[in-house]
Formats: sequence, structure tokens, C-alpha cells
Amino acid sequence: MGENNIVVSYLPLIVMVAVGFVFGLSNVFLAEILGSRRNKTNVKLDTYECGMEPVKTARERFSVKFYLVAMLFIVFDIEIVFMYPWAVKFRELGEIGLVAMLLFMALLFAGFVYVYKKGALTWD
Amino acid sequence: MLQDFLNSAPIPLLSALATLVMLLDAMKRDGARIVFGFSVFSLTAAMAAAIYTMFLPDKTTAFNNMITCGGYGAYFDIVFCLGGVLTLLAARPFLLASNTEHGEFYSLILFSICGMFLIAHSNNLLTLFIGIEVMSVSFYILSGYLRTSRFSIEASLKYFLLGAFITGFLVYGMALIYGSAGALGYNEIYQAVQGETGARFPMILLLGMGLLIIGLSFKSAIFPFHQWAPDVYQGAPTIVTAFMSTAGKAAAFSAFIPILAVLTPESSSPVAAKIGMLLAVLSAATMLVGNISAVVQKNIKRMLAYSSVAHAGYMMMGLAAGSVRGASGIVFYVTAYMFMQIGAFILISALERGSEERYQNLEDYAGLAKKHPVMAALMSVFMLSLTGIPPFAGFFGKYYLFTAAIESGYTWLTIIAVISSVISVYFYIGLIVAMYFRESDVQEQDSRPGLAGISLVISAAGVIILGVIPQFIDKIAKSLF
Amino acid sequence: MLDLAYLIPLFPLIGFLITGFFGKKLKSEALIGGIASAAVGLSFAVAATLFFTLTGLPADARSHTTYIFSWLAAGNFNVDVAYQVDQLSIVYALIVTGIGTLIHIYSMGYMHGDKSYPRFFAYLNLFIFMMLNLVLANNFLLTFLGWEGVGLCSYLLIGFWYDRKFEGVNIRFTGDAANKAFIANRIGDFGVLIAMFLIYKTFGTLEYNAVNTAAAVAPPDAGIMTAIALLLFLGSTGKSAQLPLAVWLPDAMAGPTPVSALIHAATMVTAGIFLVARNATLFALAPDAMTVVAVVGVTTALVAATIGIVQNDIKKVLAYSTVSQLGFMFAALGVGAFTAAVFHVMTHAFFKALLFLGSGSVIHGMHEEQDIQKMGGLKKYMPVTHRTFLIGTIAISGIPPLAGFFSKDEILWMTFEHGGHGPMWIILAIAAFCTAFYMFRLYYLTFGGKERFDHHRLHPHESPVTMTLPLNVLAFLSVVGGFLGVPYALGFFASDHPNLLENWLGPIFSQANGILGRGEHHSIHAIEYVLMAASIAIATAGILLASKLYKEESEKPAELARKFKGAYNLLLHKYRIDEIYQALVVSFIYQFSERFLWKVFDVKIVDGLINGAAKTTQSAGESLRRIQSGVTQNYALLMIAGIVVILTWLAVG
Repeated sequence: MGENNIVVSYLPLIVMVAVGFVFGLSNVFLAEILGSRRNKTNVKLDTYECGMEPVKTARERFSVKFYLVAMLFIVFDIEIVFMYPWAVKFRELGEIGLVAMLLFMALLFAGFVYVYKKGALTWD
Repeated sequence: MLQDFLNSAPIPLLSALATLVMLLDAMKRDGARIVFGFSVFSLTAAMAAAIYTMFLPDKTTAFNNMITCGGYGAYFDIVFCLGGVLTLLAARPFLLASNTEHGEFYSLILFSICGMFLIAHSNNLLTLFIGIEVMSVSFYILSGYLRTSRFSIEASLKYFLLGAFITGFLVYGMALIYGSAGALGYNEIYQAVQGETGARFPMILLLGMGLLIIGLSFKSAIFPFHQWAPDVYQGAPTIVTAFMSTAGKAAAFSAFIPILAVLTPESSSPVAAKIGMLLAVLSAATMLVGNISAVVQKNIKRMLAYSSVAHAGYMMMGLAAGSVRGASGIVFYVTAYMFMQIGAFILISALERGSEERYQNLEDYAGLAKKHPVMAALMSVFMLSLTGIPPFAGFFGKYYLFTAAIESGYTWLTIIAVISSVISVYFYIGLIVAMYFRESDVQEQDSRPGLAGISLVISAAGVIILGVIPQFIDKIAKSLF
Repeated sequence: MLDLAYLIPLFPLIGFLITGFFGKKLKSEALIGGIASAAVGLSFAVAATLFFTLTGLPADARSHTTYIFSWLAAGNFNVDVAYQVDQLSIVYALIVTGIGTLIHIYSMGYMHGDKSYPRFFAYLNLFIFMMLNLVLANNFLLTFLGWEGVGLCSYLLIGFWYDRKFEGVNIRFTGDAANKAFIANRIGDFGVLIAMFLIYKTFGTLEYNAVNTAAAVAPPDAGIMTAIALLLFLGSTGKSAQLPLAVWLPDAMAGPTPVSALIHAATMVTAGIFLVARNATLFALAPDAMTVVAVVGVTTALVAATIGIVQNDIKKVLAYSTVSQLGFMFAALGVGAFTAAVFHVMTHAFFKALLFLGSGSVIHGMHEEQDIQKMGGLKKYMPVTHRTFLIGTIAISGIPPLAGFFSKDEILWMTFEHGGHGPMWIILAIAAFCTAFYMFRLYYLTFGGKERFDHHRLHPHESPVTMTLPLNVLAFLSVVGGFLGVPYALGFFASDHPNLLENWLGPIFSQANGILGRGEHHSIHAIEYVLMAASIAIATAGILLASKLYKEESEKPAELARKFKGAYNLLLHKYRIDEIYQALVVSFIYQFSERFLWKVFDVKIVDGLINGAAKTTQSAGESLRRIQSGVTQNYALLMIAGIVVILTWLAVG
């Protein structure tokens, strides 16, 4: 019974994997069959990339400031995400939920003050 | 809710104070001195709070059973805070000498201790995980604290990469346990794995336990997950190593003891026997590898790093024993180890005084007894204790663990432990021989340990007091279970 | 109140720590000596307070144990650091701290100007601490700690002037004498250790009260009891310098004189008596062992007393006298007269400390001269020393009403009554005769007669008040101390129980006395008076003979020596015991050690094994080092391998 249950409950997943596999594979062959066979120059075979040079070293150097901003964005952004489930369950959680979220926000704010005071948000 | 906060006082208190320390550093320019003072105060306050909660009734929990309060956790809180205070006192002269004092150092130490608190108090796999991560992330940064030093950066990166790598397995183990037991809370898991019916998928549970043990083994540097330890301990700033190799290890074992008790409730069951054997084998391999590798080291920090691997092996004997005596033996050992290992590393840091060349190799210690007789004497105390020679703390630490192993039927493990202890005599006593019986022609200017002296005296006193009246701590340790 | 017992050893410990660690920083001699003396003085005050507290309690409630902390606990094996205050231990504690205080004060004068002044007082305080642990302990192991501790202090203090020469058989420096004392003691300690093992195995505990009670209630096999008692006694012969281990005490005189007075006369050497008295019940259950004790005691008393007759070093005479008096005490123990032994310990502590300190005063005044043949006529130069020394001499000779008479006479009477009515009494009486003789010989040669020293070089002088004050106090005690133990035969008209010490110690030995069948019977035998008179007569005879030979300068002693050349030489060379040991034991051990233990066992077998093991470990370490490549990927790979192995084993195995 238990073993059966697993198979049954995972059936949709199996179907999806199968469909995905078939779809991906078929596209490759369809492109080969349907695509044009003339004028195979290098330019024509190039990937279309909005005018950027598509082939060069992948290890380009950025200013560290970009990383800093990106990281700060991710940190604060992800923390904010917590507010969605909390908002949905706001009534059920009641007072405790409110206090917890206030504490959470206070910590977040402390982090923000630290970042600000350390000058991580100034560009120069 | 308020009661929850009171019962778990050290955790919220230190978290708040650590945040304050961080803000204080940001607000005040050049205020490292104040930050330092406030950090020491914070740890003292947390220690006081831990003592306050120490005598709560058994099995008090807080925040919906997410954490336990009092007793076991509180004892470890005290140990962590003690390690923190010893480290901080020694850190200031060290950082000043290398001209790298920033307030962040202190707040990172505090944050890592917050993580350790959570680990020791965890009553839920999630709390455990969060604790481990808070501690580990702080350690990653602290290892790379000397950011102009190649070694420090290398240590940090290595530690981070391997740590992240193993964390995946740790979480996977937790997931498997959840999948099998249907819960993350210790109490619920305990209910689920008991009895004939047991968990729903015993095999999955077993694999989950294996992965969990592997993850924690990495944190406590157990073979074959120990290889980061020598590189990181050598490369990281000495004072950070002092803290990581003691408090960090203590934290890992503070997680080990309750989780294993929960997962193997009946010590006679085949699962418990299997896990016990796994732990015993790991312990034996760790002791041998750690001590044998230490024999050939020329760098003192590296030697002590390997020795700390070996000591993790000794402590694991207590886990393999799976008895109250084993657990209380670990608690005693952790306390003793805190004093002797932190003392040794602080002494090195006081001697090297911010330089990455001074007092790195064993031969630099030749003739130390003539140059700094007090330092040499203290170092000898720590080395003798690490060797396990009475009347120092290390002896009774080993004694309790060895007895526990024998009582649980692991005589072969004890024999290996004794053999590897004998091997360890070679390099511990070797250092003493170098200090006292070899001459050095290198002239030495006067070096005063400053605040680190306080740490050293406390550590040495701890080593000696624990060695003379071990009963005191042993009784407390037994009362925790 | 009685819980304050821990203070008694605590003060000397504090004194030791202060003088030991900061002694060099405290520049002032007065301060160092003052601290050390005050520490012991405070202990004495506490001990005295406890003593008076005890006297206020009913006799059966006078034993109190104070637990300090649990020392060792392994399975069923449990030893506490705990101090037991009772009638016996408080008497010892009073003797140790009381005489200790006096000798500390004395030393402030004696050691004045010594370059290692703080070190001396640190050792002395450590000694007092250890000695108090020895007597106050409530179990064998803590006593053993003190036992070893006093041995260590004795070693350190004998060799205190480590760069001075000292002559003896195979001894060239004071350090050699210290070694000799230590090794002889170690042989005895071995006995105590084995005895402790046996006691633990038999009774399952090491606490005195528990062991003695268990033995009294259900006596184990007689063989085991005899073995335990004999082994304990072996320890006692080492510490208390009895045959066959008596050889170290005379050479221990290499140490400073206050040390000889404190350690090698008044306190440490009586530790053996203490050990036997403390375990009186065990000995009472082993009659064979008691006989051995008595025989050894009597023999030692006679042998040492005869040697004392011909010695010329002022301290050596006193040393042999000490050995002889200790023999008296063991003789008393051997016949079951425990109270008499402890009584003699006390009076002997008074007058022997007095005599040693007096000899120290003489040596001090004579600028380190110790040969009594080069003294004489010091009476007029050192009046105080002379007067007090004379009191001590009379006391030890056994002339009533001084202290020595009462205690010695009680021992003599007891050996007569319980020791076979004759032979033992006769031997001890001869020893007592010798005692009176050699002590007065010493007295006359030192203080009386003509001055035989070089007047141009030596100017004898009286010692400072720090030294004469203790002499006066001890002289007073030597005079009145005996009245604590007035025998029934002499005090029956005053009270039914005139012997205060016997009343006091009674409960301690009641168990042992019960086993030996000695009730509290008090009757007067005519023979007791006869023997008492005899012993006074013997002492007087010894004194008269000495005064005839030595009071005036004469050729008679030299003549006698020539006449009995063989006997004289035998005595002068101490029956050649040292030489016999040297030939039979020491050189054999040397040869065995060098030929076999060193050149074969150590070099070939032990070193070979160790070097082999070390090489194996080294090469194992080298190969492990190769795995530690420093490349993070490799670490991860090994970790994965580990994970796979562990999980596979968990899943399959």
C-alpha cells in the first residue's frame, strides 16, 4: 500500500518529466528539419546578442561596489519576503506574531543602520 | 511569551547586546576601546544570565519547544562565554600589535557565540541548523579577518567552500529524518522513532542520521572530515584559532549529545549498536590520524591543529559509549579542553604579537624558558594537561571518557586511545624539551602579554583546579543528564 | 566550631605560598620570618581553641570529621580530603604547631643573614602543612600525602646548604645525606603503600574509623592482619628511624639545626608512632606484629644508646639519642601501652627540641664548631643556653619530677608488666643508663671543664633573644610537662584518675585495649615502686659515672678507650651498619643497575623498542602528510569518499 502510494502520488511528476524530455529533444530535431540550409556564413550562425560581442572571456572584472550593492539588495529583499506569509496569517498569529515581526524588523533596521553608517551605500 | 524570554535569557540577551555592539562600532569612530569593553561586559552579562537559568526545572522548553532552557544548555552557555571572555581579553593586545583592531571583530565573536547558544539549546532541527549557520558564517569571516594576509584569506575561503559543501549534506540528513519521522522537533522525533513500529522508513532514517553525524563531524573535525582543520587553524589569526578550535568544537559536541540521545532512544537496539560502532570507528581513526600527523609537524599552530583533531576523537569516545557517563565525560572534557587549548593558543598569540613570522615553528621555542620563564612554565602546564598527565585537567578528562568507553564495552577503543595518547607525548613533551633544554642564540626583546596575561592566568588556574578537584565539575556534569 | 579544623593546615599553606613565591620580593628578614611564624602561631591558636572545645564535650563525642572536598572517586573507591579532629590528632596538632611556632621564632635568629632565608621559611611552613595533613587526615591516603610531603621537606631541608661538605659513609655533600634519608624513607613508604592496598582490598575503604571499626567487629584472617600491621610498621621504621632503616637519621644532621630540632626530633620522626597509634586496633589484632614492634623498639633503643656514648659531634649524639628514645616509644607500642608511647612523644618533643635548639645555640655561638672535644667551659659564656640545656639533660635522663621521668618510667613499667616481666625491662634499663651517661658526658664536655678551643680565633657568645626565648619556654615545658601523665601509683591520693593524658586518650585506644584484654584496673603493686626506685637509681648511676669521667679533665676516658679498643671502635663506627649496607645492598644494586638495567635492558631492549615505535610513527605521519595536499578539491573528494563509505556501511552492513 505504502509503496503504491508513492508511485501514484508521483505520477504527475513522471508525466511532466517525460513531456519535458520529449519536447526538448523534438525541438532540436525540428530545427534541423525546418531550418534554412543556405548561406552558412559565420555571421549568420552567430547568436543574436543585442549588439554585444558574444565571444570573449567570461571572467570580466567588475568594481567591487557592484557586488556590495547586489548583496545588500538580496539580503534586504529576501528578508522582506518573510512579510508576505506573515501578512496572510496576520490574524491567526495575533499578538505574538506582531511582536515577532516587530523584533524582526528592528533587527533588519539595525542592519540597515550599520550598513548606512559604514558608508556601504555611498558610491564613492 | 515573557516567560519564554526569561527562561532562555542568555540567548535573547546576547543577541540584543551583540547587535548593540555592532551598532556601537558603526556609530562611534575610533571607538574600538569602548566596543571592546562593552563586548566583555555583554559576555559577562550573558554568563550571569546563564547561571540564572542554570537551575530551571528539567525539560523546560521555550518558544513552542524550539529550544530547551536551563541545565544542559545553560552549562554550555557558561563555557562558551568563558571562552569568549578569555579570547576577547587576549584579542585586544593581539589586534593592537598587528594594527588591525576593528569593532567588527568583537561583534563577530559575539554573534558566533549567539550561534553556539542556539546549538546548545536547540530542541528542533531547524534551530540547530540556524545555530550552526550563525556560528559558521561568523567563523568564515573571522578566519579571513587579516585580509591582507594570504594565509588568512586562504583559510577563510577553504573553510567557507568546504563548510558550504558539507552543509548541503547536513541539511539533506535533516530532510531525510523529517521524511522518515515526520517532524523536526526533537520531542516528536523521539516519539516517532521509539518502539517496534518505529519510524516509517527505517532505512531513510538511518541514512539521515548518518548524514547528520557527517555534518556535525565536519564541524568538530572528525576524520575523514578533518582536513580543513590544519589549514584553517594555521592560516587564521591565532586568536581566532584559539576560539574556533575550542568553543566551536564544544558547540558541535553540544549538538551531538542531545540529537544522538533522541535518535537512538534504546541503547540496546540494533540501530543504536550500529551508530555506536560507527562513532567508535570514527573516533579511533580520528585519534590515530590526528596524533600521528601531529608528530611530523614543524609549525606549532599546525601541530596543535592536528592535536585538536585528536582531541575531538577522544571526545567522540563519549558519544560512542552512549551512556550518561560518556555524556558527562564529554561535558567535563569540553570544559577542560577549553582551558588548556585556548591557553596554549593565546600564549602563542601573545608571543607572536601580530607578526606572522615570530614563534611559528617549533624551533623558535628553543630556550624560551630562559627568555620568558613564566610563559614557558604556563606553556608546560598546558602541554602536560593536553598530554593527560595528572594533576592537570586533561588527565581526568581522559580518565572519565576512557572509563565510559570501557563500561560500554569498547575496550578496543580505549586501547587505541591509550596508544594514541602515548604517541601524543612525543610532540607535547617535545615542545617542553625544546623550551627548557635547548639553547637559542636569537636575542629577544621584552614582551609583555598585557591583558592576555589575565586570560593565561585564568586558563592555567582552570587547568590546575579542574585537575585537583575534578569532582566538582564532574558532579555538575552528571547532574545535567 | 570543630568545622574550623581546615584552618589549622590552611595558615601554614598560605605562609608557604607567600614566603615561597614572594619571599625574594619581601626584602626584610623580619617580615618573612614574622609571616612564617605568625602562620604557624595562628594554627596553634586554632588548634588550642579546638582543643578546649573538645574538652567541653562528653568523652564519646570528641571525634569530629570535617569534609573539605571529595578528592578521588572511581567506582567504589572514594577518598575525601577530610580532617578528623579527635583526642589523638589534636594532641599531635598541638605539638606540631606549638613546637613549630617556637622553632620558627628561633630560626629567625639562627638563620639570620643566610642567603636563602626566604627559602628556608617556605620549606618550614610547607613541612608544617604536610605534617598537619598527616596527623589530621581521616584516611590513609591523605595521611600518606602528608607522609610523603614531610619526607620531601625533610629531604629539601637536610640538603638546604647543598654546597656544604658533610662526612659520612659514601657521603661527601649534604645532598648525599639528603638522598640517603629520602631513599631509606622510600623503602618504608613502599610498605605503607602495600599496606594501603591490602587494607582497601580487605575492608573496602581507607577511612581510619571505618577500617578500625570493621576490623574490631569482624576480624579478618590473622595472616592478613599481621601482614598489614607489619607493612605499616615497615613504613614506621623508615620514618621514625628504627632498625633496620635507622641509618639515615644521624646523617640527617647535615641540615640546619632548627630543622634537626623540628623535623628530626620533635615531629616528623614521631609520625611512625602516630601511624601505629592511629591504627592501634589493627595492631592489637595482630599479636605477632606487636611482638616484632616491641623487639625492634627495644633493640633500637639499646643499639642507638650505646653508639651515642662515644660520638663526638654534638648533633650526632643527640641524633642517636633520638633514635634510642624512639625505640622506647616503639617498645611501648609493642607491649600495647599506646598512651605511654604518645606521652613520651610529647615529653620527648619538649626536651629533645630544647636540647637541639640548645646545641644550635652552642654551634651558633662557637661559629659552626660541632666537635664537643673542641668545646668545654661554655658555662660562663652562654648562661641561658647552659641553664636550659642542663634542664633538658636532666629531663631526658629521667630524674623526677622533670618530664622525662614520668614518661620513661611509664614505658619501663609497662614493658615490665606486659612484656614478659624481665628481659625487655632489663634491656631498656641499660639503654636508660646509657642515656643518662651520654647526655651528661655531652653536657660536661660542652659546658663544663676547661676551655679547649682557640681563644684567639673563637669568641663564644650568648645567642640573641629570638633564640633564647624558645629555649626558656621549652625548658619550662620540660619541667612541668610530665605532670600531665602522673601514674596512679604516685597520684592515687589526689584522684582516682590522676593520669590526665590517659583519661584524655582513653576512648581512642579503648577498642585496642578491649582486644588486648586490658581493663581500666587500677591497683598498686609494690614492685612498681621498686622498679621506679630502680630506674631513678640507674639514671643517677649514669650521671655519676659521667661526672666522674668527664667533669674534670682526665685521662680516664682515653684509657678506657684504649683498653676496650675493639668495642670502642665498633661503637665509634656505629656497629659498621652503614658499611655492611654499603657492601651487601648498595653496591649490589649499583652493579645490577649498571650491568643489566642500564647496558642491557635500557639500551638494548627499551631504547630499541622505543626507537622502533618512534620510527614507525614518523613514517606513518609522513605518509599521512602526503594526503594533506592543501588542495581544496582533494579534501572535498576525500570527504565524498568518506560519506559514501559511511552511508554504504550504514545501509548494507
